[in-house]
Amino acid sequence: MEWITRNLPYLMAGVSVGGQYALIAIGYTMVYGILRLINFAHGDIFMVAGLIMVYAVTAMPIYIAIPLMILVTVFLGFMVERVAYKPLRSAPRMSIMISAIGVSYLLQNMALYVTGGLSQQYPTIPWISDTVTLFGATTKRVTLITPVLTIVLVVALVLLIKKTKIGMAMRAASRDFETSQLMGIKINSVISMTFIIGTFLAAVGSLLFFTNYTGVTPTAGAMPGLKAFVAAVFGGIGSIPGAVIGAFIIGICENIIKGLGWTTFSDAFTFALLIVILIAKPTGLFGEKVTDKV
Amino acid sequence: MKRRVLAVALAVAMVGTMLAGCGGGSTGGSGDSTGGGSSDSSAGTEAPAADGDRVVKIGVYEPASGDNGAGGKQEVLGMQYANQEMPTVEIGGEEYSVQLEIVDNESSNDKGPSAASSLVSAGVSVVLGSYGSGVSIAASDVFKEAGIPAIGVTCTNPQVTEGNTHYFRICFLDPFQGTVLANFADANFSAKKAYILTKLGDDYSTGLGYYFKEAFTALGGEVIEETFQEGNSDFTSYVTKAKNEGAEVFFAPVSTEAAALIIEQAAAQGLTIPMMAGDTWDSNVILNAARGKNVQIYVTTFYQEGGNADFDNGFKGYINSDPTATANNGGDDTISAVSAMGYDAYYVALEALKAAGSTDPAAVNEALWKVNYTGVSGSITFDEVNGDAVRDTAYVKCANTESGEWDFVAEQGVN
Amino acid sequence: MSNKTKMAWNVGLIVALLATLFILEQILPSGSMFFTVLKKGAIYALVAVSMNLLNGFTGLFSLGQAGFMLLGAYAYAILTIPVESRGSVYQYFDGGIIQFTVPVPVALIAGGLLAAVFAFLIGLPVLRLKSDYLAIATLGFAEIIRAVFQWDKLGPITNGSNLLRNFPSFRSVLYPFVVSGICIALIVLLINSTYGRAFKAIRDDEIAAEAMGINLAHHKRLAFVISSFFAGVSGGLLAMYQTTIQASMFKSAMTYEILLIVVIGGIGSVTGSCISSFLFIACSEWWLRFLDNENLYIGGFHVPFLRPGFRKVVFAIVIMVMVLFYRQGIMGTKEFSIEGIRKFLKTRFGRKKAVEGGGSHE
Repeated sequence: MEWITRNLPYLMAGVSVGGQYALIAIGYTMVYGILRLINFAHGDIFMVAGLIMVYAVTAMPIYIAIPLMILVTVFLGFMVERVAYKPLRSAPRMSIMISAIGVSYLLQNMALYVTGGLSQQYPTIPWISDTVTLFGATTKRVTLITPVLTIVLVVALVLLIKKTKIGMAMRAASRDFETSQLMGIKINSVISMTFIIGTFLAAVGSLLFFTNYTGVTPTAGAMPGLKAFVAAVFGGIGSIPGAVIGAFIIGICENIIKGLGWTTFSDAFTFALLIVILIAKPTGLFGEKVTDKV
Repeated sequence: MKRRVLAVALAVAMVGTMLAGCGGGSTGGSGDSTGGGSSDSSAGTEAPAADGDRVVKIGVYEPASGDNGAGGKQEVLGMQYANQEMPTVEIGGEEYSVQLEIVDNESSNDKGPSAASSLVSAGVSVVLGSYGSGVSIAASDVFKEAGIPAIGVTCTNPQVTEGNTHYFRICFLDPFQGTVLANFADANFSAKKAYILTKLGDDYSTGLGYYFKEAFTALGGEVIEETFQEGNSDFTSYVTKAKNEGAEVFFAPVSTEAAALIIEQAAAQGLTIPMMAGDTWDSNVILNAARGKNVQIYVTTFYQEGGNADFDNGFKGYINSDPTATANNGGDDTISAVSAMGYDAYYVALEALKAAGSTDPAAVNEALWKVNYTGVSGSITFDEVNGDAVRDTAYVKCANTESGEWDFVAEQGVN
Repeated sequence: MSNKTKMAWNVGLIVALLATLFILEQILPSGSMFFTVLKKGAIYALVAVSMNLLNGFTGLFSLGQAGFMLLGAYAYAILTIPVESRGSVYQYFDGGIIQFTVPVPVALIAGGLLAAVFAFLIGLPVLRLKSDYLAIATLGFAEIIRAVFQWDKLGPITNGSNLLRNFPSFRSVLYPFVVSGICIALIVLLINSTYGRAFKAIRDDEIAAEAMGINLAHHKRLAFVISSFFAGVSGGLLAMYQTTIQASMFKSAMTYEILLIVVIGGIGSVTGSCISSFLFIACSEWWLRFLDNENLYIGGFHVPFLRPGFRKVVFAIVIMVMVLFYRQGIMGTKEFSIEGIRKFLKTRFGRKKAVEGGGSHE
């Protein structure tokens, strides 16, 4: 029992962080699956979602602020795709990735300008911010909610992709971009939909993440974003269950490493894990084998 | 023709230089949005010199963004208030108006030197700053090379001034502060085990952590040390560790940004042991984070609100009169010690300018050694070795989680 | 023009450039931002060219540049801090365990070599990976290197996560120009050699290159190691410019900056990288600084929106515009050369391709 009390906090933190990474990672993995683009701006959209929430609650009650935040974030994700990625669709992949880095740079600097460089305190959301005790370990309720909510959202997403028409179009586009276009799939709306779903999940993720870790800074999205991306690659990029499992593994490992006292290496370990998996299985845990076309 | 190309290239470069020269001249400005200052109308250009006014420029090298942005802004507020209060100085029998040249060093050791160069380029006579030791050390050589003296305001790491004749400092040092904190932990909480959390790559943090450890183990205590990476926001595992190891005090000399997160998560996990930190935590960011939570927070600092009623009232009036200033102070009118220090640093610079009788940086540097000034934070003289202020007391404050104010605890020296 | 006259022109141009710099240094006050930009720009030019060698000429998408610069910078600093000041620099580690110094050029080369050795070791596993995976793996390695250098167990060598300082630095702007210039010239020679042609073949089509008898693994590793060597040297120079270094400076944001420089200059153009690095540094450090000033008046008009941070927003927008509308960058894959300009003028905006190679470095 005492052992549980001592070590449960690490596990809870790990699972909760893992859930938050998972929500971000899905955005990466879906976009990569279709566009073969590492959307470096995704982590920053996550941060912007946090900032929108900070400013929204100063003007309106929280039950309006949350849906509004999600809507605005989704719109932002949609716009980023339209403005920064769509014009480059025929350009080399490098250009579009640079464009993603540019968007990330822009979002961070806009946030810096708007906040004046100061960390913003995230609003306290009733109920989920409350403290609860579990087996003698105290934590915020959001820690316990995160994994559950993540799983629910992921199941819903998988159903969407498997059962609906747009889901089928997404799968087709990610399998073969050009052929699916020839088959009459409106590729632009599929891509927009992908970005909308990705940013929606990132917005939910940001709600959970910043409720737990309450400071929003312009660079707050960079590290979670990078780790979520690593999780997506780890699980096999393009695969949604892979991204989720990868995210949970990374979240838990990170906290175990910290618990063992190797705090200097908590970030480095994530990358080491990534490199090991890439070398052992270059397409990630659940990635599909791709064959080069000559 | 090839020469022409080169000539064109050089011409472009020269035009660029000139354009930027104009641009550079327009940074800062005595009025500086606070509505204070004497001659707002033409702030931004070197026009004051043209209409016969003499201008002396004081560089302000402070973070306005990044980890230490909140503290840096409060420190600058102190200087701006002082500048508003005393916008002119008499140098060698002539009246000069003082213009603050403010740059943002972004709390970053690699962006700092360029920001420092832009001050040098603007032709400042003396530099104030910075909040944060790392950036001060990083810019030290730039000022040294340009022969411009710098007055450290709240950079407490010994390395800032060590072996330098151009870097001065008006605050106490970390070996002193660390010892004060260790003594306090020992005397008031009879703590035998301390948990020390420092940030990697932050010289202030690792330095103060190190001196605290030295002093604490010398008192027979035991320490657990851990570090976190920049950009980390998940402190739950650190708090868990402190609880599991049975630490009796939690010492975290970190930036306010990380501190707010640590307090939040410590409260969520029910960490009840006292949390201690150095001067960075003396900020309303901490008070806001701790308000209504079950945490005990003790800090050492340079100035206690109420120490000088004139300054307190004047400064509060200044903060409340201007929404920008209020925002820069974190949204309320709590006086941070760093503001008082910034205020004093400005007057120390004026004293040096007066004593030097010239705006020449070299003369100011010479004059600084002999400056003796009694400011709101106490008397300031510089020792002869490194140019550190002679200081032997620190104030210990405790955060009142109900009222959201600092409660005075003790005035403590090392003995 | 024959090759000989071209060469003569190039050499003449370089000498003229250095002479101009020398004269400027005598005339302008030494504190001018102009020199700061030139110094930093020269250093970034070298690292940008070294990254271009990988990304632009070999087609290996690597994001590990900051890590290799870190290695170079640390090696340089550790080997050159005077023994007498080690006590104060390594104050938490009793002066460290390295108690000797080597001359500055040796230390710079040692920095490059250390980076090259690491690149070789890292390259063994990761160079087998394809495009984005390679990018993310090298990015990961850079992060790992950064963490290792911050580890306090290595403190007696690396000073933990604390600043290294007090090592020799340069005063004259000529120093980084000469060192970077030599290094870039070496890279240009390499690009114009058989190896360079093999690199380009790999970039254009790996399978075809292999069919032509090019040893893929060998050439990729060679490009990776050489690029890292020069990144290491530029890291050493950066340490000299900054006068203090610390592992936490070499974040992935630094790699992104360099990548942006390369792209803005034109992927596959050495002179493009050089020009854009000067422009990039000048914009980010100097020309746009006035935008951070809240009280800027044009005539009697108070310019709105200006406050600290605005400079960066404008800069980011400029970059986005560059990326979206000038996809080829400043130079595309062309090189800046006398020959190119002559042809350009001759054909009056004709679309003739500039002669490859013959790049004078600026």
